[in-house]
Amino acid sequence: MTLSPMDTAASKTPESMAKRIRGLSDRTIAWIFVAPTIFLLLAVNIFPLIWTIRLSFTNFRVNRPNNDVEWVGLRNYKRILSDPDVWNTMQATAHFLIWTIALQVLIGFFLAFLINKKFKGNDMWTTIIVFPMMLSPAVVGNFWTFLYQPQIGLFNYVVTFFTGGDPASFSMIGDVHLAPWAIIIADTWMWTPFVMLICLAGLRSIPDSIYEAAECDRASKWRQFWTLTIPMALPFLMLAVLFRGIENFKMFDLVVQLTGGGPGNTTTLTSIDLKREAFEKWRTGYSSAYAVILFVTVFGLASIYVKALNKVKER
Amino acid sequence: MSFSVTEPTKGTKWFAGILVIGYACITLVPLLWIIATGFKSPTDSIAYPPVVVFEPTLEGYVNLFTDRTRATPDMLEAAGPAETWYDKITRERGTVISGPSRYGERFLNSVIIGFGSTALCMVLGTMAAYAFSRFKVPLKDDLLFFILSTRMMPPIAVAIPIFLMFRNLGLNDTHLGMILLYTAVNLSLSVWLLKGFIDEIPIEYEEAALIDGYTRFQAFYKVVLPQAATGIASTAIFCLIFAWNEYAFAVLLTSGTAQTAPPFIPTIIGTSGKDWPAVAAGATIFLVPVMVFTILLRKHLLRGITFGAVRK
Repeated sequence: MTLSPMDTAASKTPESMAKRIRGLSDRTIAWIFVAPTIFLLLAVNIFPLIWTIRLSFTNFRVNRPNNDVEWVGLRNYKRILSDPDVWNTMQATAHFLIWTIALQVLIGFFLAFLINKKFKGNDMWTTIIVFPMMLSPAVVGNFWTFLYQPQIGLFNYVVTFFTGGDPASFSMIGDVHLAPWAIIIADTWMWTPFVMLICLAGLRSIPDSIYEAAECDRASKWRQFWTLTIPMALPFLMLAVLFRGIENFKMFDLVVQLTGGGPGNTTTLTSIDLKREAFEKWRTGYSSAYAVILFVTVFGLASIYVKALNKVKER
Repeated sequence: MSFSVTEPTKGTKWFAGILVIGYACITLVPLLWIIATGFKSPTDSIAYPPVVVFEPTLEGYVNLFTDRTRATPDMLEAAGPAETWYDKITRERGTVISGPSRYGERFLNSVIIGFGSTALCMVLGTMAAYAFSRFKVPLKDDLLFFILSTRMMPPIAVAIPIFLMFRNLGLNDTHLGMILLYTAVNLSLSVWLLKGFIDEIPIEYEEAALIDGYTRFQAFYKVVLPQAATGIASTAIFCLIFAWNEYAFAVLLTSGTAQTAPPFIPTIIGTSGKDWPAVAAGATIFLVPVMVFTILLRKHLLRGITFGAVRK
């Protein structure tokens, strides 16, 4: 009797498949389970990154795909690093980073410290404080422009009400000196809760017994705060700074909607500048080099920082 | 009642409570202002000084969901009385509804891409997390760090090649393309979080199942998955919120068919400048689900936003 290949397959498959799956070693299963994730990450993250690095040595332009692509070596990198405008952008980014981190850590830690006093209903109020950071930065940024509008904006009204300024001529996002602060305020509003949560975790990880011992030694509350609370919470504070630093270095959505980089170039952070080069001027090669420089900067700073963090943790 | 020296005094609690509640109220103001503006008429929305008490109207919501054209008084007369309540609202401004706006479409795209990428992310993430948690994977620590590091990349830095790659594959401006992209972006979060959750399930449960004659696969989906259900659910909500809020990739890589709501809401423009009530209405509809999720998530919040690096 002859069986068609189909029948053979049908009669054999279920059993042998089952056997094969049952017989799979743990190692094989591990690979089957991990492979799709690694594959997708390679395809959507690493492959484009390598492509970016390759493009950064060329003068390729996406909007002129038929032009000859020339290998220009390090010329893009040289141009970026010698461009004063790029350095201005870097400066604006640094200004933004330093102030947002400082404000968020100070306010966030203070809030966490207060919430840790376990007053009635602190859970509910914590949840309310956390709302802003869960929202879409672009949508929120867009709405903050409304709050900042001269004359009609609520923020403007409150400020001019207390300072007695002229509501029609006072504009947070139109003023060269105030615009950076407009984004710092909005970012602080949005992300202070994040720092607060991490600090709260840090404070809750400190065992009560340590304070009890300090109390027996008659250490003042102030002294307890500086010699116990701060050092014990420090790794968590540093972790918060790391996360906020990375996030704010690549900050895009909030600022684009809030000021669009203006007025002039006062709030043009690096990622906004990069977007203009890549998707408005279409200088693909040049912007790829720019992207690589930013990426190396983040990675370099982050890894140095993580080393420092680990040292603090070991203490 | 036990007495502890570390327990704050009543006065301290009071003081702390008042400060925190004060901060929370200030935090709430912009949010409440968004919601309130959605129910204002255009004149109320730009009144000076800003009005707190106003007559609520659904005009913003009607403007959000419809496109309108200006009609002359005699045209309006000829058209007869308005048939529906929303038609009535627009006629008061001398306009007639010409059709639906694109907000519904964009919102639907957000739903499709958000849920699609979350589902895919959970499938891949759970599998990888299980493997990392239970098996000896070669180079485990390096792989885990590699997965985490993909999150450090600024979206703009990889947007150009992704744009080129998607164009070659025909994935530009498609739902599938965005789903794959957001899945990749969220995988780091889901693998790290889920690994933490699965680590906490005692390995003895599976061993018992294996002795009972279950295969590894059966042990995985009959024993581990039900145990990890809460962890998976909260991870899924985090991924969903992220995909929901994402803006940079959406604005750079989509232009029409697959565009989500975040790039669309800021572009809503009325007859004279920005139609703030409509923008606020769009924002409110978009923000409310996230606020509900935040309330549901409050216990897992910290783990989710820090990749489980901090345990609460």
